[in-house]
Amino acid sequence: MTRINLTVDGMKVSDDVEPRMLLVQYLREKLGKTGTVIGCDTSNCGACTVHLDGQSVKSCNVLAVQADGSAVTTIEGLAGKDGTLHPVQEAFRECHGLQCGFCTPGMIMQSVDLLNNNPHPSEQEIREGLEGNLCRCTGYHNIVRAVQYASGHLAAAATPTGAAEEVTPA
Amino acid sequence: MIPAQFDYVAPTTVEEALAALRQYGDDAKLLAGGQSLLPVLRMRLNAPEWIIDLGRIDSLRGVREDGDAIVIGAMTPHSVVGSDPLVAQHAALVTKAVAELADAQIRHRGTFGGALAHADPAGDLGGPVRALDAEFVIAGANGTRTVSADDFFVDLFETAISEDEILTEVRIPKHTGWGAHHEKMVRVAHQWPICAVAATARVEGGTIADIGIGLANMGNTPLRAGGVEEALRGQPATEDSVRAACARAAEGTSPPSDLNGSADYRNHVVQVMCRRAVMGALEGAGA
Repeated sequence: MTRINLTVDGMKVSDDVEPRMLLVQYLREKLGKTGTVIGCDTSNCGACTVHLDGQSVKSCNVLAVQADGSAVTTIEGLAGKDGTLHPVQEAFRECHGLQCGFCTPGMIMQSVDLLNNNPHPSEQEIREGLEGNLCRCTGYHNIVRAVQYASGHLAAAATPTGAAEEVTPA
Repeated sequence: MIPAQFDYVAPTTVEEALAALRQYGDDAKLLAGGQSLLPVLRMRLNAPEWIIDLGRIDSLRGVREDGDAIVIGAMTPHSVVGSDPLVAQHAALVTKAVAELADAQIRHRGTFGGALAHADPAGDLGGPVRALDAEFVIAGANGTRTVSADDFFVDLFETAISEDEILTEVRIPKHTGWGAHHEKMVRVAHQWPICAVAATARVEGGTIADIGIGLANMGNTPLRAGGVEEALRGQPATEDSVRAACARAAEGTSPPSDLNGSADYRNHVVQVMCRRAVMGALEGAGA
């Protein structure tokens, strides 16, 4: 067993874990954070995407011991403490950026990462930025719209003049 | 699935990591970013007794300039390499290839040296580092040694790195002002290429002064399209000369046949992709 100390969704945690334990297992089985889901087991689908020190990673492809000393944000830590949805969560709801919803936690976490790096992505850049996330329902159209919507609203929040292009929910 | 049990050590210096390798030898596997190794462990294709995690060795991270070369630390994540201005200025081919490597999440975790040491013949970086005449700095018990890209790739998933050695950095001679283009054919997004061609060229007064071309998934190792390079050096930077030269792109290749394409198909398509890659590189060089 190896001792790990990390911060998950703003909460300090400390545990003895087997070195082979995957970060996604640790989040789900040790911490009960089942909002992060396991989709494919092959590192293809991106459903388990979380942020590790502010960057998106597939948590099935990281060992819990590798996250020692780091800060992890899951889908459960994205909303404000008072329950206010993150603008990207709000956008997925407004634009109905989901069908069955299984890929949604990963899609949202990757969309946040995409917008952190590129606040005004083109449609092509959104599609490429989400290429590591698979939607088995093939509901990509509204997912892309949701990211466009979030991009406009994040920009409007950042610039009071609200110069950003508006995307209305379909 | 989850990996089989292993013991774990995370040294903070290269010396400690080398000592751990000497101690655990054949029973150990080095962990870089883990984006290839962890799937292998999960699918139980490999079950080492020890994992030596290089992720805590700060000296292996970062990009720096050293005289005529750009030096990329082996543990530098792809996303850092891909957005580094020094790399973009002096080794544009690397920037272009990294942009098409896997997906954003994998690029955040996967490392430049880890991917090259893994030596997947369909990897995205083997072609570019061969085209750019990169050198590999490898640390062992008796200090470091440097291996050329031509000698680094030995066979399928096999490199010049010995069991008791660690790749520490990759040195890329500056190709300032060279045009670059990476042409990659995939079955689905974010996957390994069916075939990829990486080309970089320097043009002087409408003539191809120098050119480097690397191929992925066209043999057991990344290959260099030496015949095409030879045919193009000193030739006019025109589509006619490129088209004629790229007929030699399949010289010396031994591509796999698989569900995505037969060897014959790959030997055909590599010529087409070579022409596109070279034309893109020439355009980037101002031709």
